[in-house]
Amino acid sequence: MVTLAAGLDWSIFFKPAFDGSGTYFRFLIVGLEWTLLLSVLSWILAFVVGSMIGVLRTFPGKFLPALGTAYVEIFRNIPLLVQLFLWYFVLPEIVPGLGTLFKQALSPLLQQLISGVLCLGFFTAARVAEQVRSGINALGSGQRGAGLALGFNRWQVYRLILLPVAYRIIVPTLTSEFLNTIKNSAVASTIGLAELSRQSQQLGEFTAHWYEAFIAVTLLYGIINITVMIASRFIERAARLPGYVGGKG
Amino acid sequence: MISIRKVSKWYGEFQVLKQCSAEVAGGEVVVVCGPSGSGKSTLIKCVNGLEAFQEGEILINDLSVGARKTNLSELRSRVGMVFQHFELFPHLKVIQNLTIAQCKVLGRKNEEATEKALKLLEMVGLTTHAQKFPAQLSGGQQQRVAIARALAMDPVAMLFDEPTSALDPEMIKEVLDVMVVLAQKGMTMMVVTHEMGFAREVANRVIFMDHGEVVEDRPKTDFFKSPGTDRAQQFLSKILSHGAEQG
Repeated sequence: MVTLAAGLDWSIFFKPAFDGSGTYFRFLIVGLEWTLLLSVLSWILAFVVGSMIGVLRTFPGKFLPALGTAYVEIFRNIPLLVQLFLWYFVLPEIVPGLGTLFKQALSPLLQQLISGVLCLGFFTAARVAEQVRSGINALGSGQRGAGLALGFNRWQVYRLILLPVAYRIIVPTLTSEFLNTIKNSAVASTIGLAELSRQSQQLGEFTAHWYEAFIAVTLLYGIINITVMIASRFIERAARLPGYVGGKG
Repeated sequence: MISIRKVSKWYGEFQVLKQCSAEVAGGEVVVVCGPSGSGKSTLIKCVNGLEAFQEGEILINDLSVGARKTNLSELRSRVGMVFQHFELFPHLKVIQNLTIAQCKVLGRKNEEATEKALKLLEMVGLTTHAQKFPAQLSGGQQQRVAIARALAMDPVAMLFDEPTSALDPEMIKEVLDVMVVLAQKGMTMMVVTHEMGFAREVANRVIFMDHGEVVEDRPKTDFFKSPGTDRAQQFLSKILSHGAEQG
């Protein structure tokens, strides 16, 4: 360990990167920015789609809930990497019109980003849907009945009564889903998106300073995730209801 | 006002309601009682369409609850309902619990809704709790808020589904007192309850249900003096012997 530690050369981060974009420190920061952009866009998509699918699964009747279940099972059970290749390589080839447009009109970088966002977003949506569903079900049928009895329509019951409480209940699990999204975003390195883990790989390859590269990238992922966790605690506390589920009287 | 005509309901093979019929005239207070599992809660939930039924018809002011063309939301907004477990909205303050449906369903302005809400909170004796959240109130207080919430919609009738069953004994009276005041003001009420004291005091008629059937539907004095069936007799003797001890 001593020799290893002694062999580390941190000055590598102040040397100019191979692509002339600035120092290697700057090179990693670019990766960090792509990771954040990819994760945040994916998360927005996952939250919106996941909420809709989750709500669908709590509808009365058989058809709509089954539709939601099918979505969840499909997206949860195909490996993420396979899904990414489907979005990036396969769909543009087999979807007429839109696929060609995707390949011709967009820069490679945009193609990578859009594929990554769709892949991570729809994948995570399946997981968010499960949490939204369990949050709604945790409220029982009484709240729904009370809303309907006051004359709210079904949409209002969800928007005004069920979801505001369900989201509060699932803030902690949604946080861990967002953390997963950030970690899963590394999968986009396989299609060449210059996100954080890809940049550290390149740094390693061009400088042979693998240890420094991966220690630095680990620290950066750690910093992002700790920040997210602190932010989530803050949200949890702000949304807490006096006297209700874990709230303070 | 409320007319229930030969309503039947099945859960799969099991029939929970068997050809139930009952009438509640305007200004009348009708108490529905019976052993647990007799279908009384299911019946009252059919009245505002919270439970679907397969046969029969329920009319509220000549509007058919089960009919496809009936706007169920609008009908429900005119029939107040109070639940066993209160079902206040936990993320809203007491005052907001009373105003949200007024604003979003009836389209009232916020000031108008708030004024109405405060008047009703005064009626149920909870003005000082307007800015609290439901979970900060006792069960009895929550149920009184729930009654006020239903009244805020200016309902033509009120349905009560075991409003005191989830309450500690010392809180039952404060809720019943509010209900008695309502009855005396002439509100049309259909009340599922075991509180025979309440039935004696304000009910016009008592409906006794057992195994999904309406077994008796009689004026309260007749019902208490001489129940027409053995089943009602047995039921009464069970719950009244307790009531007598408690005074």
